[in-house]
Amino acid sequence: MIRDITIGQYYPENSIIHRLDPRVKLAGTLVFLVSLFLFKSFWGYIPAVIFLFTCIHLSKVPFKHIVKGLKAVVVLLSFTLLANIFFTKGTDLVFSWKFIKIYREGLEMAGFMAIRLTLLITGSSLMTYTTTPTKLTDGLERAFAPLKLFKAPVHEVATMMSIALRFIPVLLEETDKIMKAQQARGADFEEGGLIKRAKAMIPILIPLFISAFRRAGDLAMAMEVRCYHGGEGRTKMKPLKYKLRDLIAYLILAAYLAVVIFIGKKLH
Amino acid sequence: MIKTKDLSFDYIRRDEEGNVESITRALDEVNISVKPGDFVAVLGANGSGKSTFAKHLDAILMPTEGSVYVNGMPTTDEDKLLDIRRTAGMVFQNPDNQIIGTIVEDDVGFGPENLGIPTEEIWERVDKALDRVGMTKYRCDSPNKLSGGQKQRVAIAGIMAMKPKCIILDEPTAMLDPVGRREVIKTAKELNEKEGVTVILITHYMEEVIEADRVIVMDAGKVVLEGTPRQIFSRVEQLKSFRLDVPQVTALAFELNKRGIPLPPGILTVKEFEEEYIKALSALEGDA
Repeated sequence: MIRDITIGQYYPENSIIHRLDPRVKLAGTLVFLVSLFLFKSFWGYIPAVIFLFTCIHLSKVPFKHIVKGLKAVVVLLSFTLLANIFFTKGTDLVFSWKFIKIYREGLEMAGFMAIRLTLLITGSSLMTYTTTPTKLTDGLERAFAPLKLFKAPVHEVATMMSIALRFIPVLLEETDKIMKAQQARGADFEEGGLIKRAKAMIPILIPLFISAFRRAGDLAMAMEVRCYHGGEGRTKMKPLKYKLRDLIAYLILAAYLAVVIFIGKKLH
Repeated sequence: MIKTKDLSFDYIRRDEEGNVESITRALDEVNISVKPGDFVAVLGANGSGKSTFAKHLDAILMPTEGSVYVNGMPTTDEDKLLDIRRTAGMVFQNPDNQIIGTIVEDDVGFGPENLGIPTEEIWERVDKALDRVGMTKYRCDSPNKLSGGQKQRVAIAGIMAMKPKCIILDEPTAMLDPVGRREVIKTAKELNEKEGVTVILITHYMEEVIEADRVIVMDAGKVVLEGTPRQIFSRVEQLKSFRLDVPQVTALAFELNKRGIPLPPGILTVKEFEEEYIKALSALEGDA
């Protein structure tokens, strides 16, 4: 049941998007996210939608898979939608019943938010669909490398991230095992109200934490034995190098940003 | 290669204020010397101090008294720490908790990366190390998909890629099934024979000890027996007093011997038992 979470899981495929340097994809995602907040008109989203769909098409990740990933955030999405519809005050009253008042501005706002959030989530998950966690952390480490000048622990954070990613499946499996073990002893996770269910999680969480700490201790020892001593003097087995396609991708990104800014100006 | 001199270690338990509550002596004046190219097995029941001993050889724990030398370098010398650890690599018990990379080949490359080896050479080392342990086929897989024995072989490859002179295996088979156990021991034995790597195998499985050049038996933090597997296993009664068993054939030969069949002590394999048993029977017939 826990394994059903597909949002952001790497989707192995051999496409041009997959082969791009992770730094390009990080920059691309950032540019795309920024472009979503540049304007307040439906027309402004057209280039964003075209851009996103071209990328999805090029990445060869099936559209179905992406929609499945969106399901996980339906609750969040509907909550923002409803909040915007009911709580935005405006001048043009469309519907009113007792204390509920819906304005045209509220509906518009909700529409914007829905489009924005959907594009935002699809865009950022496309990056994680097409980039392995290792490459992603590598990319992040290189992208944030200048921060090292200000004594920011860039390498350490990147290492922590990649270890966390390595251990997610291990800990999921462990959770499964602990749940079954506790169920075998008569624990009940399915029944009762919210509070009762939350309380039922305690016998899962405590053993899980203990085991996670033990694993962390073991892993630290294994890393020390293999001469890990921080990022200093460390070389890379797979160093990141820009290729021609990455430069072209950067140019396309710049062009996209220019188009979006241009349209944004026009519409205002 | 590795030498310990009067090595003692205390586990000190403290209460919340930091006062010493109790002291447990885990190692008591251990004197051991391992020559380059040796395959040494350290045998002991739970709580005999064998894992504590292993952790001293790689400078994870520091001796309370006495000293440990790896290739002539004392483990207490902080400046030599990396040198010591690249000379003596260590594989641990739990296969899941020592794999750092998300892909097999990334994990094998982790050690050389830390040593600051140039990229091309890392690839050469990773290729060779994976080949040595027979895991080349799985190089692009996630470690989570591998069996326990395969994971341990990846861990061994990770150490081999650092080109150590000595590998310390700290109960590498304790969490594996019989198939995985055989895989790991076979790999260790091959590295010892073909590459001339010194192997120190810490274990409590008797069957794994048979192949060693030398066996060291530990009990209550002390070295109590030392010798070839044959010498060690001829002392069935004594081993039992250390809460250790002998291989089944050895035990059978011992019991038969007690009941009057003249079998020599310290039989290690089924084949050996067969030959000796036929000899013993014909000797008995000759007497009659």
